[in-house]
Parts: sequence; C-alpha cells; structure tokens
Amino acid sequence: MPNHSTALAHQFDDIEQQHDSVSLGMWIFLSTEIMFFGGMFLGYALYRAWYSPAYAAASRHLDILLGGINTGVLLCSSLTMALAVHAAQLGARRTVVIFLIATILLGSVFLGIKGFEYYHKYEEHLIPGDHFQFEGANPKHAQLFFSFYFALTGMHALHMIIGIGLMLVMILLTLRGRFSPQYYFPIEMAGLYWHFVDIVWVFLFPLLYLVDRS
Amino acid sequence: MSEHIVEKKTYFGVFGALMALLGATVVIAYIHLGKLNVIAALTIASIKAILIILYFMHVRYSSRMLWIFVGAGFFWLLILFALSFSDFLTRGWLPQPTAWE
Repeated sequence: MPNHSTALAHQFDDIEQQHDSVSLGMWIFLSTEIMFFGGMFLGYALYRAWYSPAYAAASRHLDILLGGINTGVLLCSSLTMALAVHAAQLGARRTVVIFLIATILLGSVFLGIKGFEYYHKYEEHLIPGDHFQFEGANPKHAQLFFSFYFALTGMHALHMIIGIGLMLVMILLTLRGRFSPQYYFPIEMAGLYWHFVDIVWVFLFPLLYLVDRS
Repeated sequence: MSEHIVEKKTYFGVFGALMALLGATVVIAYIHLGKLNVIAALTIASIKAILIILYFMHVRYSSRMLWIFVGAGFFWLLILFALSFSDFLTRGWLPQPTAWE
C-alpha cells in the first residue's frame, strides 16, 4: 500500500475502513446539528400556524432580492466546495487551494450581505426589544417572527463563520502537504459541514422570505 | 480506492438544477395558490436538500450503513414535527368542557 503508512491510523485495517469510519462519525455529528436546528424550526413552524397573518406581514419586510442572491451565492460556494474535494481526490494541490479560497470568498460575500440586511432591520426598528416598531395588526406576533428570524439566521451565520475557519485550516494543511489522493478525508468532512450549512439555508430562505408573497 | 470519484459534469449538472429550483421557488411564491404555496416551497427545498445530500455530500456513493445513519437524523426530525403538530394543531377540534359536572 503506497503512501498509506503516514495516513492510516493504527486502529484501522485499511484506508477504506478508516474512510467509512470518518464518514459515519461526521454524519453522527451532523445528526446532532439536525436536532439543534430542528428545534428552532419547530418553534418557528408552530407560531407560524397560529400567527400566520402577522408572519405574512412581517415576512414582507425582508428583501427577497438580497435573500435570493444570498441563496445563489451559497449554492455557488457549495459547488466550489465540491470541486475542492474533487481536486483533493485527484491530488491537485493548487486547485484545492484555489477552490477553498473561492469557497471562503463566497461565504464572506454571504455574510456581508447578511450584515447589510441586519443593518437595515436595525434602521427600520425591526430588532425585537424595547425599540421594536411595527405598523400592523399584531406587532407582538410580528416581533416573534423577527425573534425567530434573528435566532435562525444568526445561528446559521455563526455556522458559516466556523465553516470559514475550517476552510482556512484546510488550506494550511493542504499547503503543508498533509493530504494525498489516498488521504484527503479532512477536506471531505469539512465539505460535509459546509454543505449541511447550505442545506439549512435552503430551508430558511423560503420559510423566512417567501411566507406569503402572492 | 473504494471511494467513488464523482465526475465534474455531475457536479455542474446538480448545481444547474439547484439554481433552476431556486428560480422556481421564487416565481411560485408570487403565484397565488393558497395553502399550496407553502407545500410547493417545502417540496422544492426538500428536492434541493436531497440533491445536495446525494451528490455534493457523496451519500449516493456511500455504504448502506451510512444511509441508515443519514436517514436516522432526518427520521428523528419527522418524529419531532409529526408528534408536536398532532398535539398543537388538533387542540381546537373537540369542544372543551366548561366545568366538571
């Protein structure tokens, strides 16, 4: 087995078994993430069932164009992430670094647009709290919508920041020559994390921005 | 090597489908369908999620054991939503007694 000696941890029979084990472990972690976000999604959904008129009115205050662009940006970053893993499987070190940098840049664009949206909400007094102002039938219900909006998008943004940190580490390890076509698993697992965060946004976009636009 | 290397054109194909679905979900949101709007939005989001999981996350090319692990996470989510909604959304179905006789 060429090149395996440095990558293969001693508790595994071979590199395939190690790969299966690493993937299972990552997916167990992602399952806990599903539960973590699932609870917040449930809270959002229950109050949406009860306060649907206020949810619809509050959702119209979100910018569909910025939200849509951000969804596209995140989908692009998932593509560059997938291509980075692809390059890692082929051992093309330079290409890996380029695609990881592209992923970081796209993630940063997403966070920048998100920050711009947050600033607008601040200017419009739509941040829940003492200064919350909402012209509508049920301001208290609308405030609840914005509480879920900030909790869900805030936790999502935190995951993005952690993801960008992970990518920086992967770039460093790639430049130090830690990976090979036989052993590229950390990049693939960081990719799983990035794609998961993308999936969370895939649900957040229609649920927050597109409540009742017709 | 047991790990399957996905062809680049597969990734680009999946990406194209994801962008098309993003366009579709925005367009459909502006068409008045009543309760079908939210169902359409969630269906499209689920298709996008499944595409990402199967191709970008390589689950399609992974072992059956991994399929069970992935399925378990989402099955748990199904339980959470099904049991919670079966409680909260059915509370008004039966008349409540005003007082014990």
